[in-house]
Amino acid sequence: MANSGKGKGKEVNRRQFMGNLLRTACGVGLMGMGLGMYSRQASSLPALAIRPPGALPEEEFLGACIRCGLCVRDCPYDILMLGQLGDEVVAGTPYFTARTGPCEMCEDIPCIPACPTNALDHDLTDINDSRMGLAVVVDQETCIAFLGLRCEVCFNVCPIRGEAITLNYQHNKRSGKHALFIPVVHSEACTGCGLCEKACILEAAAIKIFPAHLAKGELGKHYRIGWKEKEKAGKALVTPDIEHRYNLPEGVRYDLQGEGLIIESEDKGELPVSSNPLDTLNQGFGGE
Amino acid sequence: MAKKARPGVEATQTKGFLKAHQWLILRRLSQFSILGLFLLGPLAGIWFVKGNLAYSETLGVLPLTDPHVLLQAVMAGVVPHPDALIGVAIVLAIYLVVGGRVYCSWVCPVNLITDLACCTRRVLDIRSSTQISRNTRYWMLGLTLVLPLVTGSIVWELVNPVSMMFRGIVFGLGMAWVILLGVFLFDVFVSKEGWCGRVCPVGAFYGLLGSKSLVRVVADDRDKCDDCMDCFEVCPEQQVIRPALKGADKGIGPVILSGSCTNCGRCIDVCAEDVFHFGTRFANEKPTAAKIEEKPFVDAA
Repeated sequence: MANSGKGKGKEVNRRQFMGNLLRTACGVGLMGMGLGMYSRQASSLPALAIRPPGALPEEEFLGACIRCGLCVRDCPYDILMLGQLGDEVVAGTPYFTARTGPCEMCEDIPCIPACPTNALDHDLTDINDSRMGLAVVVDQETCIAFLGLRCEVCFNVCPIRGEAITLNYQHNKRSGKHALFIPVVHSEACTGCGLCEKACILEAAAIKIFPAHLAKGELGKHYRIGWKEKEKAGKALVTPDIEHRYNLPEGVRYDLQGEGLIIESEDKGELPVSSNPLDTLNQGFGGE
Repeated sequence: MAKKARPGVEATQTKGFLKAHQWLILRRLSQFSILGLFLLGPLAGIWFVKGNLAYSETLGVLPLTDPHVLLQAVMAGVVPHPDALIGVAIVLAIYLVVGGRVYCSWVCPVNLITDLACCTRRVLDIRSSTQISRNTRYWMLGLTLVLPLVTGSIVWELVNPVSMMFRGIVFGLGMAWVILLGVFLFDVFVSKEGWCGRVCPVGAFYGLLGSKSLVRVVADDRDKCDDCMDCFEVCPEQQVIRPALKGADKGIGPVILSGSCTNCGRCIDVCAEDVFHFGTRFANEKPTAAKIEEKPFVDAA
């Protein structure tokens, strides 16, 4: 462009050239800024869209997934879908919705070897180690276990039965004589497969899968849980309480945290005090 | 437009319809059969090929990876699986032989939209066009590679019409039609050949590959050119024709060496004088010998 003219013409061409260059650079730069900001906004995953097993943390996942859809194709239960433009999920990335199609936890995890970029971590070989999300009993007002009814469906469908969800027996204060069978989720075992959410018998599930970062709280770093520290150290870390001495008659002792009053008389029939309270009362008058 | 008939009319008269449209027909066949192969799985349950243009697996063994997408992922910090790397090697090898932007004209589904836009411009006789530099696409290519580096996310794939259209057809379109409509309107009303020829970084990537590729269009019978301008009229990258067609005086060989040429072969179709043929990039070195060797190659293709 620059050597097509001579003298004056050349200068104009150079100026044009620089102008064009700057125009293009600015245009593309603006587009880049727009894209960058759009990507920030678009990369928040909605709470109910769950990534396939082995998916990297969301930020890394969006840099690794090339949107080929092979995991979708290799899922034998066809639960995975690719996000489409207009969905809340980033276009082209795989997800499933637990309520309509939970992960069936295949032992060979076929979606993972299908991934060409390790966006689904190939090191994950045991599906029980996957952490797609975490089940949370979100509504104690509608979960019928809290209402005192026997349900336990989530407990029974759980593929890691008895570990990821346990039943906590509690007293039913309303009726005064029944038990509540309360489902409790344990994050150290729950994979977030969503079978419990799918199976929940309510119109809208009372147990839902959330991404772990939404479902979990976190203790302050300075917190120490006393009984765990005690277990680790093998002894109490605080000065033990001085044992309280009860002034009790011979053959009787008191167990504060156990059975209460214990009577240990040698011959079982006779108590150290008379069973007739009048005897005790009369002692002061006629005894000595 | 008013003065001149549509380009290719003369070629159709002299060569017959089939001969004057052979590369166009083959190209459409190629575009639709690739889409068809990917659709056989979801529609008919015949899983000949799985995936989409970003990454696919043919017959369970042959991996094919889009090098541009994978490069973006690598820029974002990914260590790809060996299958993906094998796929990239195969794809690079293929396009280094047949021509880089063969992807654009023989594979890319957006080409159907931009060709339609071009046709619409011709029918509506729209002449106005915003000047966007043809180099913009290389800036865009740079952008698509810098953004993953900065954000750690494959940003371009959020909006890339190329992958979005193909994936949309195979997996479900969603609102992606809005972007595709945008590309169409952009090409019709804003800039002639705007998307493919000026903006698209995917095309730019394959263009860089194409600047080293083997199969090229050769104006080997350029002395027969009667200046009808039909080839310029149909070519989506007109600037690539002139040096090869009119460069004899300046000592420029007849091979279209520019990577921007998409090897669509439309210039071969519309030329009533049969000036152009497919040949290799080495046809420049021994013009006469190459000319004799290339004829059978063209017939075989």
